[in-house]
Amino acid sequence: MNRLRRALAAALLLGLAAPLRALAAWNKDAFGAKTPGDALKHLGVSGATPSADVHIDAPQIAENGAVVPIEISSAVAGTNALIVVIEKNPFPLTARFDFKEGALPFVKLNVKMGETSDVRVLAEAGGKHYFATHEVKVTIGGCGG
Amino acid sequence: MAGPMKMRANLGAGFTDVRVLMTHPMETGLRKDADGKLVPMHFIQNLTVKVNGKTVIEAEISQAVSRNPVFSFRLKGGAKGDKIEVSWLDNHGDTAAIETAIA
Amino acid sequence: MKLLTFAALLAFAGAALADETAKEIQRYREMVAEGSPAELFEIQGEELWKKAQGPKQVSLERCDLGEGAGVLKGAYAHLPRYFKDADRVMDLETRLVHCMVTLQGRTREQATVRVFGSADRPSELELLSAYIAGQSRGMAIEPGLSHPKEKASYELGRALYFQRVGAWDFSCASCHGEEGKRIRMQELPVLYKPQYARPVIASWPAYRVSTSQVITLQWRMNDCYRQMRTPEPTFGSETTVALIHFLTATARGERYHGPGNKR
Repeated sequence: MNRLRRALAAALLLGLAAPLRALAAWNKDAFGAKTPGDALKHLGVSGATPSADVHIDAPQIAENGAVVPIEISSAVAGTNALIVVIEKNPFPLTARFDFKEGALPFVKLNVKMGETSDVRVLAEAGGKHYFATHEVKVTIGGCGG
Repeated sequence: MAGPMKMRANLGAGFTDVRVLMTHPMETGLRKDADGKLVPMHFIQNLTVKVNGKTVIEAEISQAVSRNPVFSFRLKGGAKGDKIEVSWLDNHGDTAAIETAIA
Repeated sequence: MKLLTFAALLAFAGAALADETAKEIQRYREMVAEGSPAELFEIQGEELWKKAQGPKQVSLERCDLGEGAGVLKGAYAHLPRYFKDADRVMDLETRLVHCMVTLQGRTREQATVRVFGSADRPSELELLSAYIAGQSRGMAIEPGLSHPKEKASYELGRALYFQRVGAWDFSCASCHGEEGKRIRMQELPVLYKPQYARPVIASWPAYRVSTSQVITLQWRMNDCYRQMRTPEPTFGSETTVALIHFLTATARGERYHGPGNKR
C-alpha cells in the first residue's frame, strides 16, 4: 500500500485527483501483444532499418531457456531507448529501456526464452528505429551440475 | 515482502558500471505449482535508475525477464561518492529500492 | 574405400560440431555466471549465522569450522577435515549441524528437519553454506589429508566412487568414469581425474538458475544416489562426507570461485 499512499499524498499536494497508477506507466497493450508486429505497433514503432550499430551479445546456445543472458547496446547517435523483442515468446515484447541524459544506451539482462528464437533489439534515435537480431538456440539440460 | 537487493557501482573508462541484483519471483502466470494450480502473474514492471536524485534510466519490463533479475547499466562519467539509486515497482503495487555510492 | 572416407569425414565434422557446441555452452555458462543471485543468499546466510537460535538462544558465531572459533576466512576451502571434538571427518554441512546441536542446543532432528530447500526458499543450511563458502572466495582448495581419519575418509570415498550399488548396479564411475560421455546436454566429467574435478568442485555450492535453488555438495550426493536408484543416503553420513572428501581432495589446489551460477 506504499504506492497508493504515495499516490494519494502526491495528489493531495498537487491538488489533483491523480489516477492510481500515475506514478509509473506500463504499456499493457504492447506487453500483451502476441506477435512482434502488434507489440511494435503499440509502441508506436512504424518500421525499422537494420543497423550494424545495434549490438546484441548473447550466447548462440542457452542450456536453459529460463535464464538467457543478453548484452545490448547502440552506437547510433542520439539513441534514447532500447527495445527487446523475443520473436517466438508467447508475449514477444520483453523490455523497453529509456535512457535520459547521464545514461549510456547499454543494458545487460537475463531473459526467458520458451524455445529457439531470434532476439530482436531496436534502438530509438531521433524518432527513427534501427534494429539487429541474434538467434539463440534453447536446449533443455539433462541431469547433474 | 521484498527480499534482499545488492548493487555495485564501479568507475570504468569514462563511464560507471552499475550491477544490481534483485529478489523477485517474476512469475509468468504460466507455471504450475506442486498441486497443479497455475501460479498467478507476479513480476516487476517498472525500474528507475537515479544518479544523485536525478532519473537517468526508466524501464518497462515484462514477465519474460528472468527470476531474481540481474541488470547491468552504464552511466556517463560519474565520480566517487555519487549516489546511485535503483527502484522497482511490480504488478502488485509492491516496491523496493537500493542506494549505493560509486566506489 | 569411398564409404570409409565419407564416414570418416562425417565423424570428423560431427566432432568439430560437438567442439563448437561445447564452446558455445561454455560461453553461456560464463555469461550466466556473472552477477549471481547467489550473492543475495550469502547475505541471508550471514544473518542466520548471527541469529540467536535454539534453547540456548545463541548464534553460530562461535562455531569452529576448522580455522578457530568463528573464523570464516578459508574455512570452506579447508573442508572436509578431521574434528577432534566429534572424532570424525566432517564437511561444511555436517559441521554446521554439529554446531547447531552443541552450541545452540537444538536436537539433530530439529537442525535437519529441512536440509534441502526449494525454489527461492533455500534451507537454513543452504543459506549458511553460501555465506561461509563465499568467505573462501579466491582461496586454494585444500581439504585435510594428514590425520589418519582424514586418509581413511579419502580412501573410503575413493572406494565408494567405484562401488556398484542399488537396483541398477551403478557406481559414480558408471556415469563419471569415462571421457567423452554426456547425458543429453550435460557433459559427464570424469571426477576421479584432477583436471576434471578441479573446475567442478570449485563451483560448489552454487545457485542453480533453472530451479532457482541454492545447491550444495550434500545435495549433489543425495541427488546422484537418487538418480542411481539407491536408497536415500543419510544427510551428513560417513558415506556422503567420504565421497565429498575424495572429490575435494582430487580437486585440491584449484582456487574456489565463490557461490556462482549453474544452469
